[in-house]
Amino acid sequence: MTVGLPHVLTLAALLFGIGLYGALSRKNAVHVMMSLELMANAVNLNLVGFSRFVTPEAMTGQFFAVFSMVVSAAEIGLGLALVIAIYRRKRSVELDAVQELKG
Amino acid sequence: MSTTLPAVAFYLLAFAALYGAISMMSTRNVVHATVWLLEVMLATAGLYLVLDAEFLALVQVLVYAGAVAVLTLFTVMLTLRRREDAVRPFPTAWGSLAIAALFTGAMLLAIRGFCPVGVEMPAIAPGIEEFGRELFTTWMVPFEVASLVLLVALVGAVWWTGGDDR
Repeated sequence: MTVGLPHVLTLAALLFGIGLYGALSRKNAVHVMMSLELMANAVNLNLVGFSRFVTPEAMTGQFFAVFSMVVSAAEIGLGLALVIAIYRRKRSVELDAVQELKG
Repeated sequence: MSTTLPAVAFYLLAFAALYGAISMMSTRNVVHATVWLLEVMLATAGLYLVLDAEFLALVQVLVYAGAVAVLTLFTVMLTLRRREDAVRPFPTAWGSLAIAALFTGAMLLAIRGFCPVGVEMPAIAPGIEEFGRELFTTWMVPFEVASLVLLVALVGAVWWTGGDDR
């Protein structure tokens, strides 16, 4: 029973799919942000897997994962700040409450 | 010289991550979903350890399991008026389910059809010392830009959530 890069990629694809379902289906803004974090997490797992199996000396994937983590940390901070700003204005975190731009 | 991943640890952590993700989607309580997300992040940190990325495992625990989970819990608490608001009706979103399933199926097919490397992995994995040296030489400029990104995000978050006097 050996585990290789295809197993890591499969796990990451499944996690990404679950996160995609959550991001598309949920009405609660906080839950959507958490699903986005799950998807970013799956991408980081892919990067680390490729780094370990393809270029372990250069560690390029690991550095990409570090910067990807920085960006997704900034994203969740700003996203949750937006959620709180919407809550102050609308008294709700439902995405259905924010549809001024809906055609 | 090559080696393979420790299979038992990988399968245990993969099961933990997938179980947490599915529970996060199948619970109706937002607070429970946050705790399940925390569990997924910790399992991913374990997977990073299995993949010889010690620094990333530490950062994962610090940033995701620490900061992001606490931030999400605080937002949930700040935006709930009643305790009952945490429990949400389960969404009936067959379209989303179909899109996600199609995407995942396509990705799995692509992985089966095109995977450049097999189960063998190189035995040499540089440690955390080499990682730090590379980070502060080759990746110096992106590192500084990342600090700027975090500063801008911090100021922006404070500005957006600021008081009502504007």
